Amino acid sequence: MAPILDVRNLQTHFFTKSGVLKAVDGVSFQIGAGEIVGLVGESGSGKSITGFSILGLVDAPGRIVGGEILFKGNDLTKLPATDIQKMRGSRIAMIFQDPMMTLNPVLRIETQMTEAIQTHDSSVSKDEARRRSRDALGMVGISSPDERMRAYPHQFSGGMRQRVSIAIAMLNRPDLIIADEPTTALDVTIQGQVIHEMQQLCRKTKTALLWITHDLAVVAGISSRICVMYAGRIVEQGPNDVLIGSPMHPYTNGLLGSVPSQNLRGQPLQQIEGIVPSLLNLPPGCAFENRCGRALAQCKQSAPEETVMDDQRILRCFNKVEQS
Amino acid sequence: MTPLLTVSNVSRDFIKSLDLVAKFLNRLGQDHREEIVHAVDDVSLEVFKGEVVGIVGESGCGKSTLGKMVAGILTPSEGQVRFESANKSDDGPPDDLKTQMIFQDPFSSLNPRKKVIDIVTEAPIHHGLIKASEKREFAIEMLNRVGLDAEALGRYPHQFSGGQRQRIGIARALAVSPELLVCDESIAALDVSIQAQVLNLFAKLKQDYDLTYLFISHDIGVIEHISDRVIVMYLGRIVETAPIEAFVEQPNHPYTKALLEGVPRLEIGQRDYEPVSGEIPSPLDPPSGCHFHPRCKHSTERCKTVRPALIEIAPDHFSACHLNDSD
Repeated sequence: MAPILDVRNLQTHFFTKSGVLKAVDGVSFQIGAGEIVGLVGESGSGKSITGFSILGLVDAPGRIVGGEILFKGNDLTKLPATDIQKMRGSRIAMIFQDPMMTLNPVLRIETQMTEAIQTHDSSVSKDEARRRSRDALGMVGISSPDERMRAYPHQFSGGMRQRVSIAIAMLNRPDLIIADEPTTALDVTIQGQVIHEMQQLCRKTKTALLWITHDLAVVAGISSRICVMYAGRIVEQGPNDVLIGSPMHPYTNGLLGSVPSQNLRGQPLQQIEGIVPSLLNLPPGCAFENRCGRALAQCKQSAPEETVMDDQRILRCFNKVEQS
Repeated sequence: MTPLLTVSNVSRDFIKSLDLVAKFLNRLGQDHREEIVHAVDDVSLEVFKGEVVGIVGESGCGKSTLGKMVAGILTPSEGQVRFESANKSDDGPPDDLKTQMIFQDPFSSLNPRKKVIDIVTEAPIHHGLIKASEKREFAIEMLNRVGLDAEALGRYPHQFSGGQRQRIGIARALAVSPELLVCDESIAALDVSIQAQVLNLFAKLKQDYDLTYLFISHDIGVIEHISDRVIVMYLGRIVETAPIEAFVEQPNHPYTKALLEGVPRLEIGQRDYEPVSGEIPSPLDPPSGCHFHPRCKHSTERCKTVRPALIEIAPDHFSACHLNDSD
């Protein structure tokens, strides 16, 4: 089956006064229908810019300089801006980290929801749009949706607001949702609720979901494939259990070791020394070389290419971690 | 053994007093009342020397307010916070310097217009612990403790990364040789790999300088990793306190169980989330009786009216839940 989204060698660069910043530099991955893919990385790894690039939301001085974003077979990088605008919010939707920033504070929820429907399909009547909005709110677990539709965003709590933005994203039955740190600002019990709703929705509606986060434990719980990003590149990607169970890239391995877990209580955590290099002057070789315990001489000279392994894992590393 | 820190029946209210319009309308016969948030409601705890006590809870549970009262930044509305130094001496620093706080945001907790050397040495010089002429050597010593070089001395906070800034904040706290460190979400703003570095640093400092921690966090993974004893708070009250093994293996309170179930864990792998229902109620108007009863699947009539007391259900393991009542 053809994937819903097929990103091939995507490159998004920012042309700043101090030089070219390669925020995304050769990223490739695929998402199938109904699949949840996790994109994990630390701040500055380019994970959010990858999401923005798919939606065509990269502003100057940034630009997609190479690669293809095939969405159901069409290359989004070649489409005119007006066509992408039609797709945004209808075929592809986005959920952001902070719902207070994405909901309009001076409009009722109802207005914002019906607007999202009617903008994309003007043949829908007001009543019909209202009915669909109400159903969408009910679907994400908001009680008494009829009343709540009349409310303003500030009358909702953080978790409720995030549900509203999920409901808005689902309104036009998109084929793909890009969620950028959707639960990072939420409390544990509320995070559980939101994840639960998203899991159910993807299963029911066969929507593909790209879940962008810094939290490995969250994606380990929900996604079928995981991509780990570092300094603009996906250094390792593969099926969930393969990647979490036996990471091969030293960065993935270090990242997994630095998550506190019950098994290692009281023992020192495995730590990755140093900090993320500046994207403005990345080394010619592997960007992780200066923090890597397994670096070889060739890591300094040339960047490792993507290699497909037997277990469907794609790896960029010259000296992979051998799991015992 | 006397505890290092004793917090007894401490409460803290925040009151939004009536503005002029409301006062005027009250004169005309309307009924406007002051809004009161009981951020911390009758909380008692003890911390012994060398312990790491974790306080965990969701937003609005009062964990930060409690931390600030322990550190002396806020005064309690009721109750007492008492600190008793383990090694008392007459010429040493006074007791109120012995509790230091490390804040969440390493960007806003350092003065952007001061150099690192001044940030670290300001307090000890002010309190007469060191002479101004010694400040350079002293600052180098402090920075070495937290893993920074002497070249950091002349730089300003904005020239450092988040993790390095948090180290500067820790060096500043260590400069007055504290015995108790209150860490309020101290690693929440950092990236995962940097979090591990700072957590390891905390563990090392504890050994090297015999420190005691009150570690406040919403991240249960971090709390489980570092704490010896855990205190769970919900809407201003302690609902459960337990040694770490009991907290992980035999949580008693329904809220603690719900929290532990909701934590994403690497070990579990793919799974379906079965969340607790309901929102966290507003602390302005908390539910009667047990604060957790509207979200609790075991709640009874009694939970709606009677506030459960914190009772000992196993050695050192306290829980405030009516389900533990024997009758």
